[in-house]
Amino acid sequence: MEVLGLFNYWVVIFLMMVGFYALISRGNLVKKVIGLNIFQTSVIIFYVSTGKIAGGTAPILIGDDHGVAEAGAEVLYSNPLPHVLMLTAIVVGVATMAMALALVVRIRETYGTVEDDEIQEQVLADEAVEGARA
Amino acid sequence: MSAHLPAIQIVVPLLAAALCVLVPWKRVSWGIAFAGSVTAFFAAIGLLSRVLDGEEIRYALGGWAAPWGIEYRIDAVNALVLLIVAGIGVVVTPFALKSVERELDGRRIPLFYGAWMLCLCGLLGIAITGDAFNIFVFLEISSLSAYALIAMGSDRRALVSAFRYLIMGSVGASFIVIGIGLLYVETGTLNLADLAERLPALHGERTVLVAFAFLTVGTSLKLALFPLHLWLPNAYTFAPSAVTAFLAATATKVAVYVLLRFFFTVFGTAYSFEQLRLGVWLLPLALVAIFTMSLVAIFQGNVKRMLAYSSVAQIGYIILGVSFASVTGLTAATLHLFNHALMKGALFLALGCVMYRVGSVHIDALRGLGRRMPWTMAAFTAGGLSLIGVPLTVGFVSKWFLVLGALEQGMWPVAALVLVTSTMAVVYIWRVVEAIYFGEPSPRAESATEAPLSLLVPTWALIVANLYFGIDATLTTSVAGQAARTLLGGAP
Repeated sequence: MEVLGLFNYWVVIFLMMVGFYALISRGNLVKKVIGLNIFQTSVIIFYVSTGKIAGGTAPILIGDDHGVAEAGAEVLYSNPLPHVLMLTAIVVGVATMAMALALVVRIRETYGTVEDDEIQEQVLADEAVEGARA
Repeated sequence: MSAHLPAIQIVVPLLAAALCVLVPWKRVSWGIAFAGSVTAFFAAIGLLSRVLDGEEIRYALGGWAAPWGIEYRIDAVNALVLLIVAGIGVVVTPFALKSVERELDGRRIPLFYGAWMLCLCGLLGIAITGDAFNIFVFLEISSLSAYALIAMGSDRRALVSAFRYLIMGSVGASFIVIGIGLLYVETGTLNLADLAERLPALHGERTVLVAFAFLTVGTSLKLALFPLHLWLPNAYTFAPSAVTAFLAATATKVAVYVLLRFFFTVFGTAYSFEQLRLGVWLLPLALVAIFTMSLVAIFQGNVKRMLAYSSVAQIGYIILGVSFASVTGLTAATLHLFNHALMKGALFLALGCVMYRVGSVHIDALRGLGRRMPWTMAAFTAGGLSLIGVPLTVGFVSKWFLVLGALEQGMWPVAALVLVTSTMAVVYIWRVVEAIYFGEPSPRAESATEAPLSLLVPTWALIVANLYFGIDATLTTSVAGQAARTLLGGAP
C-alpha cells in the first residue's frame, strides 16, 4: 500500500514528465513555454504536499482570546514553511513565463514564425550571410 | 556601518536597479548604475579584508536569527567570489556607457541598466547568502535579468539564443529547487550550515542521493559543464559586448561557487568524493570539455563565439581542479575562477572596442586592425597570452597549480593533457593575432580608428590586473589557498 500512500509524489512525477516531454519534443516555442510552466508547477505541488499532514490545521494559534491553547492540548498543524517558499517560487514562475512569452512575441515579430525548425533555417541563412560578407 | 556591509552589498544594487528604470535620462541612469557598482565593489573589499583576518562573518538579515531568518555567512570562498563579481562589475560598467549607446536603441538604455543592476545584485546574492532557498531566488533574479540583457543584442539571433538559455536555465533552476526541497524534507532546515551539520547522519538515505543528483545536474546546467553547455556559445556571441564581458566573467563563476558550496560544505567531502566518488565522474567530463571545446574554438569564424567555446573549455579546467578534491586542486580551481574572470573579461572588452569601431567581430573584419587600433589589439594579444598560460600572466599561475594538483594525484597523463590543450589555445589565439597584425585590412578596417578612452581604460585595467597578478601572485594564491582549506573543512 506504500505505492498508493505516496500518490502525491506520483502526481508530481507524472506532471513533471508531461512538462519535460512537452518542453523537449515540441517545436512550437509557445508549447515549449507551457511545458516549462507545467514542469515548474509540479515542483510547487511537490513542496506544498510535503508540508501537509493528514488532519493538520492551519498554523495559527488555537485556544482562547489570548491565543493560548489549553494546557496539554496538542494542536496538529501543517508546516507553513514550504507553502511560503512556494509563494516566492510562484512569483519566479510567473516572471519566467512572462519573460519567455515576451521573447516569443519578439521572435514572432522578427522571424515571422514561432516554429523552431523554421527559425533554425533563418538562423542558418544569417550565418551564411555573415560568412560571405566578412 | 561596517557591521552592515553584507546587507549593503546586496541592497544597494537592488535599489539602484529600481532607480535606473525610474529616471528617463540614459546618462543619469548609467550614473546610478555606476554608483551602485562602486558601492558594491567597496563593500566586497571590506568583507574580504575582514574575512582574511580569520573572521567568519555571520549576518542575520533584518535582525531575524539564523534558523528562522535568512543568514548571510561569509568565509574566504564567497568573499573571493563577491570580489570577482563586484570587481568585474565596477570595471565593465564604465565600459558600458559608450558601448551600450552604440549597440542599443536609446529608449531602452535605462531599462538596460535596470536589468544590469538586477543581474549584479542576483550574482552577489547567490555568493553571499547562507540559505539554500535564497540561493534559488537570487539565481533566478540574476538569470531572468541575464536573459533580458542577452535579448537586447542588436543581431536578431540574440532573441533565439536568449530563449534557448531561458529554457535550459529554467530547467536547471527547477532541478536546483527540487534538490533543495528534498534536502528540506530530509533535514527540516534550509540553512546551509545547519544542513552541513545534519546531513552526515543521513548519508545512506536515498532521498539525500536524489537531492545530490538534482543539485549537481541543475548547477552544472548553470555553469555550462560539458555536455550541458549548449546554451552558452550563442548567448555569449549575440549579447551586447558589455553584457558578454560581464556574464562571461561572472555568471558561470558564481554557479561554480554554488557547486563547490554544495559538494564540499553542505554534503561534505566524505560524501561527495569518497562515498560517491564524484571525482571519477567529473574528471572525464572536464577533460572532454577542455579537449573538444578547444578544438571547436579553433574552427570558429566569429571571434566572440570562439572565445565563448574557449570559456566552456576553461570551465573544464576549473572542474578538473575540483575533481582532485585536494588542497592544491581546489586552490587551482578557485585561482582559475578569479584569473579566468580577468582574462575573459579583458578579451571580451577588447572585442567590444572592435565592435564599437568596426561593427563586426568576425575574424575577417579584424584583419589588419593592428595598425589602426594598436592599443585595443595589444590588449587582445596580452589577454590571449594570458588565456594560453604564458609566464608572467595569470593564466600561467592557474595552469601551474593545476599541473601541480594533477601530479600530486599521480595523474601525469592529465598533467600532460593540460599542457597539450594549452597549445590548442595557442592555435586559436594565433589565428586571430595573425589576422590582426599580418592580414590585409578590409575596407571597413581601413577607416577604423583607435577606440575612445572610456572603452580603452576598462580594457587595460583588466589587462594590467592580468599582468600584475601574474607577476605577483602571493595575494591571489593565499586567498585561494585559504578558500580551498575552508572548503575541505580544515582550519582557515
